[in-house]
Amino acid sequence: MRDYLKKKIISENFDFEEILLIPILATLLALIIGCLFLLATGETFENILVAFTNLFIGSFGSLNAISETFTAATPLIFAALGIALAFRAGLFNIGAEGQIIIGGMAAVIIGFSIDFLPIWLHLPLALLFGAIFGALYAAIAGWLKATTGAHEVISTIMLNLIALRLLDYFLRLPVIQKEGRNDPISKSVLETAQLPQILSFIEPQLRLHSGFILMLVAVVFVYWLLFHTTIGFEFRSTGSNPNAAQYAGIKASLTIVLVMGIAGALAGLAGANQIMGVLGRATPGFSASIGFDAIAVALLGRSHPIGVLFAGLLFGALIAGGRLMQVKAGVSIDLITIIQALIIVFIAAPLLVRNAVPWAFKTKDKN
Amino acid sequence: MVNIELKNISKSFGSVQANQDINISVNSGEILGLLGENGAGKSTLMNILCGLYRPDDGKIIINQKETYFDNPGDAIKSGVGMVHQHFMLVPIFTVTENVILGNEKTGNLNYLKIKDSEKKVTEISEKYSLLVNPKEITERLSVGAQQRVEIIKVLFRSAELIIFDEPTAVLTPQEVKELFKIMNALKKSGKAIIFITHKLHEVREVCDKISILRAGMIVGEADPKKVSNKELANLMVGRPVNLSLERKKNKTGKTILEVDNLSVLNENRELALNQISFNVKEGEIVGIAGVQGNGQTELVESITGLRNFVAGNVSYFEKKMEYITPREIHKLGIRHIPEDRQKSGVIANFTVSENKILNDYYQKPFSSNYIMSWGDVERVSETVVKNFDIRTPSITTLTQNLSGGNQQKLVVGRELSNKVDFLIASQPTRGIDVGSIEYIHKQLIETRNNGKGILLISTELDEILTLSDRILVLFEGKIIKEFSSNASTEEIGLAMAGQS
Repeated sequence: MRDYLKKKIISENFDFEEILLIPILATLLALIIGCLFLLATGETFENILVAFTNLFIGSFGSLNAISETFTAATPLIFAALGIALAFRAGLFNIGAEGQIIIGGMAAVIIGFSIDFLPIWLHLPLALLFGAIFGALYAAIAGWLKATTGAHEVISTIMLNLIALRLLDYFLRLPVIQKEGRNDPISKSVLETAQLPQILSFIEPQLRLHSGFILMLVAVVFVYWLLFHTTIGFEFRSTGSNPNAAQYAGIKASLTIVLVMGIAGALAGLAGANQIMGVLGRATPGFSASIGFDAIAVALLGRSHPIGVLFAGLLFGALIAGGRLMQVKAGVSIDLITIIQALIIVFIAAPLLVRNAVPWAFKTKDKN
Repeated sequence: MVNIELKNISKSFGSVQANQDINISVNSGEILGLLGENGAGKSTLMNILCGLYRPDDGKIIINQKETYFDNPGDAIKSGVGMVHQHFMLVPIFTVTENVILGNEKTGNLNYLKIKDSEKKVTEISEKYSLLVNPKEITERLSVGAQQRVEIIKVLFRSAELIIFDEPTAVLTPQEVKELFKIMNALKKSGKAIIFITHKLHEVREVCDKISILRAGMIVGEADPKKVSNKELANLMVGRPVNLSLERKKNKTGKTILEVDNLSVLNENRELALNQISFNVKEGEIVGIAGVQGNGQTELVESITGLRNFVAGNVSYFEKKMEYITPREIHKLGIRHIPEDRQKSGVIANFTVSENKILNDYYQKPFSSNYIMSWGDVERVSETVVKNFDIRTPSITTLTQNLSGGNQQKLVVGRELSNKVDFLIASQPTRGIDVGSIEYIHKQLIETRNNGKGILLISTELDEILTLSDRILVLFEGKIIKEFSSNASTEEIGLAMAGQS
C-alpha cells in the first residue's frame, strides 16, 4: 500500500470498531433476540437449534449455498453502493427501488428486442442502458432538488410509486408483453443478453453469474471515485459540510445531480443484473424491494464501499439461508425480516451495542 | 446572605483534564471575575456549578452545607442561575412567556396565569432597573434587551448566585457600561456574581476579586485595583504576551476593491446593506467595526460571490464583479477567512490535509485530470502545518480534534499559503487563545506590509483598533462614520450604537 493510504490522509472513516465490530455484534445480538422471538411463539429449543443450523447451512454450508448467497447479495450491493454514495454527499436516496425497476425495464427491452448483435456487444449494451436509464430516473430527483429545493426523500418515494405503475403499464404493452400471455409478463431476454453463469462448469444448477464479478468491480470503482478523484472530494465535502463546500467554490447543484445520477446508474445496474442474470424477464414486482433492503445494507456498511460489500454478503446470506431454514425447521421466513430489522436498530443505536458488550471495545465512546 | 464555595473540583473527559483541584468562593455582594482563555476550563467549571456535569472529585458547598446537583433543576433550586452567552430564548415568545418558560404558574385546568407573571416581571425589571417591556415579542428586542430578559429569567427563579458567561461578547461598549451598572445593582442587593470573560479591562473594571484559570487549574488570584493588564495577560497565557503590535507606517498603492452604492437583501428580503461605498487600497487594512448583525455577514458574502446584490457595484482592480462565483473569486487572488470557521471554514470530519486543499483540490499539484494526488497533498500540508504553526499530532488528524485556535490557523494557513492579492478576514480571531490571536495578527500585518490589501471585519473593537489603518463603522446596513487608526474607543463605540 502506498504511504498516504497507510497514514490515512483521506478521512475515509474506516474505523475497525465502527465498520466491522459493531455490525458483527449487532448481527449476533439480533440473532439472539430472534431466538427469543421464536421461544415466545412456542417453538421448542431443538427446533430453534435446527432453524439456526439450517440458516447457516443454507447460506455457507455448501457450494450451492455460497452460490445462492452471492447471487442474492449482488443486486443488494449494487443498489447499496449507490445509496452509500448519496449518503456521503448528504443525500438520502430512497429511490433505489424505482431506479432498479426503470434500469431493469431498459435492460429487458434491449435484451429481447435486439437480435442481431453478438454477445460481446449485446450484453454490455443492455447493461449500459440499464445504468443510463437508472441514472436518468434518479437524476430527476437530483434536478428537482438542485433547482427547486424539493426534498429528495419525498421526490424519490414518489418516483418509486410512479416506476411501479409504469412497470405494470409497460408489461401489458403488446411490444413488451410475452406473446400469447394474458398476465403482465415481458418477453424473455435473448441468450446474447444473459449474464453468463460462472460456476455452472462445476455443477449446472449453480446460479452464480458474472454480475457478481461486475459488482466487485463496482465496489472498487466506487471506492476509487469517492477517495481518489476530485468528484469524490466534492461529494464528501458537500455531504459533510455544505456551507464550507459552497465557500470553497463547489457547486452544490451540480454535485447533487451528479451524485444522484451515479447512484441511479448503480441501482439501474442492480435491476439489469436481476433481469439478465437471474430472472430472464420482467414481471410485476421483479424488484422485490431490493431497493429498500439496500438502504439497510448501506447503513450497515457505514456508507463505505468495503463495509457495503460485507453488509450485502450478510444480507445475501440471510436471504439464502432463510429459505432452507423455512423448509427444514418450518420457521417462517418472516423471522429473517425481523432479524434484519433488529440489525438496523442496533446499527442505528451503536450505544446499545457498546453497552450490551462493553468488553469488546478498546476505545471509549466520546459521548 | 449566601456563600458558595467550590473545593478541590476535578473533572476529566477521557485523557483530558478539564478541571483540576479548583478552589473558588464567592459571597453575597461580591463579583468574582473568572478569567481564562478559550479551552482553559471555564465552561466545564460553570457547567459543574449549574448541575450539567458532575465533578469527578471535590465538593460544592453552599452556606457551609455540602450540596450535590444531579441535574440543572437541582442547581436552580439551590439558587444558582446562569446568563448564557448564547441566549436561550424563544424568539416568537413575549418577554414574560420566555421568563416563565419551564416555571409556569397555572390555575384550574392548567390555565396559564400570564397576568400574575407579567406583574412579577415588571416588579423585577423595576427593582433592578432592567428596562424591558414584559409584553414585547422577544425577537423585536435589541441584543442588550434580550440579555436583560435572560437576567430577569434568572432572577425570576430567585437565584442568589448569578453566573454571567462572556456576557459582553455581543454588546456595544455603551451596552457593556449598562450591563456593568446592572451587575453592580445586583451586587448591592446582595446577589453573588461570577463573571466569566477573557477581556482584561472588563474584569478590572467591575470585579471585586479575580481568579485566573489556565489549563484547567487556578494559576493565580489578583486584586483588580492593583493588577495591570499586562500582569493579567501573562498569568492567563502563562508567558509574557505582547499586546501591542508594531506597525510600520503603510504606503498605499492602487485601489484594489471599490464598493460603490452597494445594496443587499438578507434572507427575510429586508435591506441588509443600504447604499454603502468604500474602497481598500494596496498596503492597507480597512477595519469594519460594528455590533454583530448590522450587515457584516451580507457585506462579506456579496464581495465573495456568495450573495447577489440588488443595486450598486463592486469592482476589483477596476473590473466589475457581478454574478461571479466563489471559485472565480479564488482564481482572482481574493482570499477569504469566513466568520464562522465551524460552519463554513473547515469540514470537521475531514483530515487537516483535506481541509488544506478545500479551495484548490481541483488544481495541480493536488489533482490532475480529476484524479487526486494524495502524495502531493501530503507534502504541501506538511509545509503549511509547519509554516503556520498549526499544532496538530499529524496532518492526518481529523480537524475536529484540533483546538479552535489551531483550526483557525489552518484556515489562515490555507488562505495565505496561496497567491494573495486581497484578503477578506471576517472575525479572524473569534473564540481562540491569545497565542493564536497574536500569531494571526502578525500574519495579517505581514500580508499588509507586503503591499496586499485587507478588509477586516470584526466585532472586537480592540482588534479593529490594533490592526486597522482606517476604520469604518457599520450600523444598520450603513457606513455611518469613518475614523483614522488613532480614534478612541469611546468615539467608535458611540458610532457603533448609531450616533454619528
